Amino acid sequence: MRRYSAFAIAREAARYHTGWERAWKSPKPKKKYDVVIVGAGGHGLATAFYLGKNFGITNVAIIEKGWLGGGNTGRNTTIIRSNYLQDPSAAIYEKARSLYETMSQDLNYNVMFSPRGVMMLAQTEHEVRGYERTAHANALQGVKTEFISPQRVKELVPIMNINGPRYPVLGALWQERAGTARHDAVAWGYARACSDMGMDIIQKCEVTGVRQANGVVTGVDTTHGQIDCDKLAMVVAGNAGHLADMAGFRLPMESVALQALVSEPIKPCIDVVVMANTVHGYMSQSDKGELVIGGGTDGFNNYTQRGSFHHVEETVRALVETFPIISRLKMLRQWGGIVDVTGDRSPIIGKTPLGNCFINCGWGTGGFKSIPGSGWAMAETVAKGEPGSLAGEFGLDRFTEGRFIDESVAAGVAH
Amino acid sequence: MLILECPYCGVMADETDLHGGGEAHLKRYGPGSSDDEFETYLFHRKNPKGVHFERWRHVSGCGKWFHAARNTMTLEVYGTYPAQTTEPPKELVAKIKKKHPEWGGYE
Repeated sequence: MRRYSAFAIAREAARYHTGWERAWKSPKPKKKYDVVIVGAGGHGLATAFYLGKNFGITNVAIIEKGWLGGGNTGRNTTIIRSNYLQDPSAAIYEKARSLYETMSQDLNYNVMFSPRGVMMLAQTEHEVRGYERTAHANALQGVKTEFISPQRVKELVPIMNINGPRYPVLGALWQERAGTARHDAVAWGYARACSDMGMDIIQKCEVTGVRQANGVVTGVDTTHGQIDCDKLAMVVAGNAGHLADMAGFRLPMESVALQALVSEPIKPCIDVVVMANTVHGYMSQSDKGELVIGGGTDGFNNYTQRGSFHHVEETVRALVETFPIISRLKMLRQWGGIVDVTGDRSPIIGKTPLGNCFINCGWGTGGFKSIPGSGWAMAETVAKGEPGSLAGEFGLDRFTEGRFIDESVAAGVAH
Repeated sequence: MLILECPYCGVMADETDLHGGGEAHLKRYGPGSSDDEFETYLFHRKNPKGVHFERWRHVSGCGKWFHAARNTMTLEVYGTYPAQTTEPPKELVAKIKKKHPEWGGYE
């Protein structure tokens, strides 16, 4: 792999950019791999990367039914934060956030991590109490957050109307070191680094069956033929239930549509990420000037990657109330992704009823921010055969034991 | 927009008048059941790609719960039926089967 650098740009500029090589190879699948990872989104690629980097396992294939990073990795609103209430969540999301800080250097790929700060507005007394509690919990967990006053909110985001008629802003949970990153670049950067380690990324290759013998996984059937493996990692978000069905087990999970939209580009007007969970909308401004807007999930099972119109309406209504200056903006694009939501709104990382088959799913509406932490924890689980300290609490068995990591109550809606 | 016919009041109700209630026909378990049975009942869901039987409530109408058969890949609605049953009506299952011969049927 030729490194990207200022020198490389100068060198290529001098020869009409003829020397750039492909960022990753597209090989034919081999007969057998040590580890096959299903799903080349952020989480799957991060798992592969840390398998190679932390455990030296590089005989790895990452297979993807569509194109690399074409699922939720390319469909989210790119928010990165770690201000969670529960200890296991805060640990893994904070690990992820800290890995994002050095990701561009680690991958030699500019992921444009921008620690611009994330604020979650408190617009009811319940939210004030909830977020004060989260701020205290975060202090104990070593995650730097603070509860700030409405005046401070106004200083940070002058375009916000903090005296709205329905829900005035009563304060906010502020995480200064949270922010955004370029979502596609995260997938591309990991893919380039994995390919450089000799891993095979096989796109447009759909898994059609999971092979097993004596309760242990032996490989997968795909549209490119049979691929054998010693260990299988399923990292497929919304399609995890479908894949688990092939492997013969069920998951405590349902797939629903989550939507996002962007406005026409305007001059810089907001340099933090604002989430308003009571009125249900969140917004940030991209480097291109578009306002990136997200809302809530639909209330029914859906695999179509498009959601209900009335949710868009609710989200936009909420944001117009919070940011009156955006009321005349046109929306450029709207899209949906399929998120896998578990009973306690926390992810599943760990072993499955099938031997040597591991699963990483259930990130629901909070997948992007967790990509490096999730990959780190999943790689450890796959390499050692047992979940490590980060993944330990997130096993499937928590649903049998009633040992939930209840972010559905802690985080409210957006997550 | 998703439109379902309420089997009680006959109104063609659109999504904003309805509230989804998740998978229909769950087998319920009570005291004395095993941990696995409770886990299945409380958390495991079919979550199929394709035909899905689910519960809906006509919240902004008659307020009653009913069932619907819907396709999660195409958002097509096959039909709705009252909630006083533990499995979908045979005619509805036959109608879906006729339309999608590859469908495994209701289990």
